[in-house]
This record gives sequence, structure tokens and C-alpha cells, in this order.
Amino acid sequence: MDFFGRLTIDSLPFYSAIAASGAGVTVLGALSVMAVITYFGAWRLVLFDWVSSIDHKKIGIMYVMVALVMLMRGFIDAAMMRSQQAIAYNNEGYLPPDHFDQIFSSHGTIMIFFMAMPFLSGLINLIMPQQIGSRDVAFPFMNSISLWLTTAGAGLVLISLVIGKFSTAGWTGYPPYSGSQFTPGVGVDYWLWAVLISGIGSTMSGINFLVTIVKCRAPGMTMFRLPLFTWTVFVTSILMIFAFPALTVACGALMLDRTLGFHFFTNEAGGNMMNYINLFWLWGHPEVYILILPAFGVFSEVVAVFSQKRLFGYISLVLATMAIGILSFTVWLHHFFTMGSSARVNSFFGTMTTIIAVPTGVKVFDWLLTMYRGRIIFKPPMLYTLGFLVTFVIGGLSGVLLALPPIDYLMHNTTFLIAHFHNMIIPGVLFGYLAGYMFWFPKAFGFKLNEWWGAASFWCWIIGFYLAFMPLYVLGLLGMPRRMEHYEIAAWQPHLIVAAIGAFIIFLGIVCLGVQLAVSIRDRNKALDLTGDPWNGRSLEWATSSPAAPYNFAVVPQVQSIDAWWDMRRAASLMSRPAEYEDISIPKNTFIGAVIGGAGFVFGFAMVWYIWWLAILCLAVIFVAIVIRASDDDTDYVMPASEVKKIEDARFAQLAKAPKNEMADDPGFAGQPMPEPST
Amino acid sequence: MTAAADTMTVTPQDAQKYEEKEFGFWLYLMSDAIIFACLFATYLVMVGNAAGGPTGKELFSLERAAAETALLLFSSTTFGVAAVALSQGDRSKVLLWLAVTFALGAGFIFLEFGEFAGMIAEGAGPDRSGFLSAFFTLVGTHGLHVSVGLLWILVMIGQVLFKGLTAPVASRVMRLGLFWHFLDIIWVVIFSVVYLPGLL
Repeated sequence: MDFFGRLTIDSLPFYSAIAASGAGVTVLGALSVMAVITYFGAWRLVLFDWVSSIDHKKIGIMYVMVALVMLMRGFIDAAMMRSQQAIAYNNEGYLPPDHFDQIFSSHGTIMIFFMAMPFLSGLINLIMPQQIGSRDVAFPFMNSISLWLTTAGAGLVLISLVIGKFSTAGWTGYPPYSGSQFTPGVGVDYWLWAVLISGIGSTMSGINFLVTIVKCRAPGMTMFRLPLFTWTVFVTSILMIFAFPALTVACGALMLDRTLGFHFFTNEAGGNMMNYINLFWLWGHPEVYILILPAFGVFSEVVAVFSQKRLFGYISLVLATMAIGILSFTVWLHHFFTMGSSARVNSFFGTMTTIIAVPTGVKVFDWLLTMYRGRIIFKPPMLYTLGFLVTFVIGGLSGVLLALPPIDYLMHNTTFLIAHFHNMIIPGVLFGYLAGYMFWFPKAFGFKLNEWWGAASFWCWIIGFYLAFMPLYVLGLLGMPRRMEHYEIAAWQPHLIVAAIGAFIIFLGIVCLGVQLAVSIRDRNKALDLTGDPWNGRSLEWATSSPAAPYNFAVVPQVQSIDAWWDMRRAASLMSRPAEYEDISIPKNTFIGAVIGGAGFVFGFAMVWYIWWLAILCLAVIFVAIVIRASDDDTDYVMPASEVKKIEDARFAQLAKAPKNEMADDPGFAGQPMPEPST
Repeated sequence: MTAAADTMTVTPQDAQKYEEKEFGFWLYLMSDAIIFACLFATYLVMVGNAAGGPTGKELFSLERAAAETALLLFSSTTFGVAAVALSQGDRSKVLLWLAVTFALGAGFIFLEFGEFAGMIAEGAGPDRSGFLSAFFTLVGTHGLHVSVGLLWILVMIGQVLFKGLTAPVASRVMRLGLFWHFLDIIWVVIFSVVYLPGLL
């Protein structure tokens, strides 16, 4: 047995210029990050204030950073596919098939697992505990493990660019193609271990969020006073806990097939590849809602704040969210109507799929009616929300079409499907997260993002989206299959060129996001959020300072109603200072989470390359780390009341200087909280 | 926070913490139950896919399965006794019964290991057929859990020895108990879904 398993010097990507430059960019990116940290002499800060932090707000920010980096990587993949297809009529284009296949596989994998999932966990971490008036999540240390396991998975996808290759089996990795018989090599193994390791992190996040919501709410915060974002997190957490095991089993079994020669999904010896597809989508469809429900939550918060009006139909939104959560487990088969189930089975799942459009429709009407007779302020988060509403409905309509098995037989695996799910996920998920990013950025950093560049990014994203994906609907109707490396039908090319232009405009949207961040950091002193409530907000996260103190709330708030913060300001109850503060116990920083994530990364790498001794070593490290942590009964420190008082005094001094309402100068401002008309 | 925690008295904040942990652990168990549910479903789908190789009837031994079952069920009982001793604050009894539980669990793993090794030796390993892949994965995943449970028992014996029956240690032993009984339930299902129908 080789010391380095199947890892040899030939695994480095010098066989192709494109692969080598991809590797170069990855390595350079990593090196330049290190150089920047060294230049600012910030290693101590990065390690001791961030990597070892188990504060939910910092973990949230790190999650979002991972997501934004992976968004860029995933977008580069998309741009390469679009440009390849724009030119590859009757010629090979510039990407060889093997490379093209890796690109569409990594694009999907990254966007779902390493862009959307970390973005979601980041926003939830940052905001949910503050919305329910809690000082942290229930298990801060486990939160850190989740973060670093997710990062480990993302790291495995990134390192596959440099050492070896990535999967060519698509983001779903269907066997038998993804089995070792047809795809030896390390690509699928990279995909499997990235997904498995980050999946464990996601399951733990789900448990953490759910316990937090059930057990850590402030007094008076009953379930039916939860802000809608927290409600969506509640349902999403349940889905995470109960859906991710199916993915673990599907990928674990495929891993056993590949690594140890099992016959779960092989063509011979009694394998059953259809079982994989069932297990995968048993996770995969709830996953769609895991991603989209929190985005719905963001839209619900944004639309109420920027319509300056109470959310319409709170109860119906909650019920719709729960209905979607339950129904999401009853539709998985619509991903493979063509697999050959009987007409009865197909029609059951087709019916359930159309039914799930009903609660979603309820939500759309609730948001519309929230805006109706509201005083709408068109800040960037609101623009993203409006863009979502219009675009998402179109995607929903094409989804109802695809839900009909006879139509699906015609459309299956055409670009019509690609257009459909991007039409759901880009406005539904990504716009939601970007809206949340711009909405809650002041809460994380204490200053607002530049609005002009935010609006510019929105317009680029939405125009680019329509140009990039509407042609794919047409192409699907023209019969173009997905994942074509080149083609010979002249009628397809004009549409693909338009789609490539759309991708370029989306690229401008991403550039705008970068410029927005840079400009906002430069001009931060002009856009400080001094009050902690930059938008005239409604829920409790706006009651803390921006950025929030390590303990969030010096005095745990007493909640009286929905829109707790709006209500408190109306009664002017929270801003009064207590006579005395109490000691607050806060979890200590620890590197153990990062050590477990790091060991998880090396473990995945070792398993990909069959370096068994290293894999065992990593498991031993993880075991020892857990035992050390589990034997430590002194994981918290107490922040004395005097220090709390110091922080709070500084905050009240700042508040005294700040404008009473940061939105008061806005032309659309409709006024301070007042008793609402009882209509 | 727990500096003076030689006794098992807990502050309300700590009690809240333990309650959160216990609830979180229940959620983990439910999530794990879904893993087993998927493995059971996979096994049932593949039980007929012997691909010309040996079937359960030829491979399973009722005596061995019965012995494994007895060991595991008894270990659950002895863990229950340890939990009673814990609630009485009797440290040496806790240690004794945790050790007995460990011995029974180790006996189970020993038997299962022998079963697996025997099957692999006669060419009925997991790479023989879809049925055997599903069998080894389902039963092996349970065995892996039991092995982790054994390690956990060792760690807890160590903590009881060095820390005494403090509140945090007691709360960990209680969660270990949940885990151990959960594995027992899974085994009962394995016995009824895998071994009994395989032999009948």
C-alpha cells in the first residue's frame, strides 16, 4: 500500500492550461488572503477573535463570507458554461467535454451546498437569536463545529481544482455513472466527501436552531409572536434535521460502492440505482424548501419594514410555512417522473406538487397585501423583494407546468427545467439572501451599505437574470437537453448568445456588490448606524446596538406582542435604563471547533485519495478533541455587571447623540410608531 | 459556574442548560432514527437481490442473533440500574454498573464482529451482492453506533472517577443512557426485520 494512497505528482493540473489557471487562481486567492492578513498584522485578531469565536454573530458573519467567496467561484463556473455554449455551435468551443462536465457539476454543488447553505446559516445565526431576545444560540460550541465542517466541505471543492479533478457526474451524482465502474478517479469522491462532511454540519445547525427557538425565547415571546423570519427558520430547522439523514445515507452508500466495492447502486450483483435517486431526492426536495423558506422569512421582514406597515396575514403566513414544510416531504418523485413509476404514482406526486403551489401563493398574496396602502420605501432590500415577487411567480407557473407528468416527459432534462429551477432559486433564494444581507448588514457591522450600488446590483441581477434564463425556456421547448458541451442546431445559438449576455450582466451585478462593499467600508463614517435601528424596524433584532454587544441584550426584553420592537418603542419601554445590571455568563472562545473542522477537511482529503493512515489519524484527533471539550466543565466566563454597565453607558451616550429615528429624513418616512388603527 | 459542584444541586440557569441539551439530544436521536429508517428501507428493497449468492437463510444463525439480542437487552437493563444508582448519588454503584454495561456491549460487538468476519471469510462479504451490501451497512451502522457508545461509556467512567457525580457529569450520563436505549430499540427492529424473516 502506498504511503500517499493514489495521490501522485500527476494529480497536479499541468495537463491543461485552463485547469492549471483555475488552480493558479485558487492558490493565488488563498495566498493573497494570507498576505492581506499579514500586511495588516491581523493574524492575532483573525485567530483569537474570529476563528476561535463561538459568538453566534461572528459565526454568522464568517458563514456569509464563505458564501460570498463561493458565490464568486460558482458564478465563474456559470460564466464558463454560458460562454462555451454561446460559441460551441458546430465546433468544440474552448472547453473539452471532461472539463465542461466538471464545471457544471461544481457549479450546482457549490451554489447549493456552499453558497446557499452557508448564506442561510449565516443570516440565521446573525439574526434569529436577536429576534427572539436570546443571548446566543442554544449550543454555541456546536455552532462553531457546524461552521468549520461546512467550510471543510467548501475547502474540499476548492482544493479539487488544484489536486486532482472534480466530479463529472453533475451536482446530483446519479449512479451508475457516478459508480467506480464508469467513473474511476477521485472526482466523485471529492464531491461525496464535500457533501457528506458539510451535511453533518448542516444537521447540527438544524438541531441548534430548533432548540434555540423552542427553548431560548425571551419571556413573553410566545410562538405566535415570533417574527416571521424566525418562524421560517423553525420550519427549515425541522426540515434540516429530518431531510439531511437521507442525503447522508445516499452519499454514504455511494461512497461504500466506490471505496469498498459494495453493490448498492451498481449495474450488476443486485444493485439498484433507482434507490439512490429516491434517497437523494427524499433529501433534495425538502432541501429546496430549506433554502427558500428563510428567504421567504427575509422578504416578510423586509416588506413590512419598507411598507411601514404591519405584515398582512401573519397567521396565514405561519400556517403556509408549516404546510410547505410538511408537503415538501411528499413531492420528491417529481424530480424523476420519467424513471418509470406507474401512472398512479406519478399522478399522486404530480398532484401534491401542484398543491404545494397553494400555500406559496398564499404567501405571495400576503406580501402584496402588506404593500397595499403601505408607504413603500424603495431601499435595495425592498427592490430585491419586488424583483422576487414578479419573477418568482413566473417560475412558479413553469413549475406547475412541469408538475404534470405528461408535460414533464417532454421537458425532462431540457433547458426548460434549468430555466425553471433557476427561476425559483435565483429570485426566491439568492434575492432573499441578498436582501437580508443588505437589510441586516448594519446590524452586523454598525454602518449601512451604499444604496446606489445596492440598487445598481439589483438592476444588473434582475435584467441579467431575465436575459440569461428566459432564452433557456425557449431552448427547452426547441428540445435542447441540459449539459450540452457543443451542438449542431443553428436555431439554438442566438438564444444561447442572449443567455451569455445575460450572464455577463449578472457578472456586472456581482461587481456592483463588490464595489458596494468597498465604497461602504470607505465611507462608513457617513453611514453609521448609531441607534441600532437603521430602518425604523419592527422586530427585536433592532433593539440591540449595531453591532450588538457580546451578550446582545443587557436586560432580557419582555415581549408583549408581534412586532415586539415597534410595540416597545410605541410604549417607550425598552430604552429606559435599569437601575442595576447583572453579571452575564458568556461562552469562552475555543479553537476546538476549528480543529474538528480542520481534521474533517484532512479526513475528507485522505478518504478521497485512499490515504488510510491519515484518515484514521484525523478521526483520532476529532475523538480526542471531543473528549477534551466534553470533559471541560468550565466553558463560560462571567462578564461582571460593571463591564456590562460600561458597555451600556457608552451605548446610551451614543444614543443621546444619535437622531431619534434614522429614517426620519427619508422622503418616504411615514412616521414614528404610533398606535395602529384597529382595522 | 460549577466550581462547587460536588453535589448534584443545580442552579435554575444550569437546569435550563441541561434541559436544552437533553432536548437537542432527542432531536439528534430522531435525526439518527431517520438514517436508520433509510437504511431499513434500503435493506427491504434489496433483500431479494442476492444475485445468485447466499441469502439470509444460509447465513444467519438464530443462536448468535439471540445471544447478541440478550447481551444488548441486558446491557440496557444494567444501564438502567446505573441510572438509578446515579439518582441515588451512589458513585461506586454507578461505576460498577457502567462497567457491567460496557462488558455486555463489548460482548455484543465481539459476537457481531465474529459474525461479520465469518461471513466475509466464506465469501459472503458486502461486495458479494446488493443484499449483503445492505445487510452489512444496516447492521454495521448499528454496530458502529454501539462502538461509539462503548467509547462514550469509557469516557464517562473516567469522568465519574475523576470528577465525581457532578451535575454536568450526571447530565452526560443521562444522555448516554438515551443513546444506549435508542440503540437497543434499533436492535429490536433489526432483529425483527433482518434476522427473523431471514431465518423463517
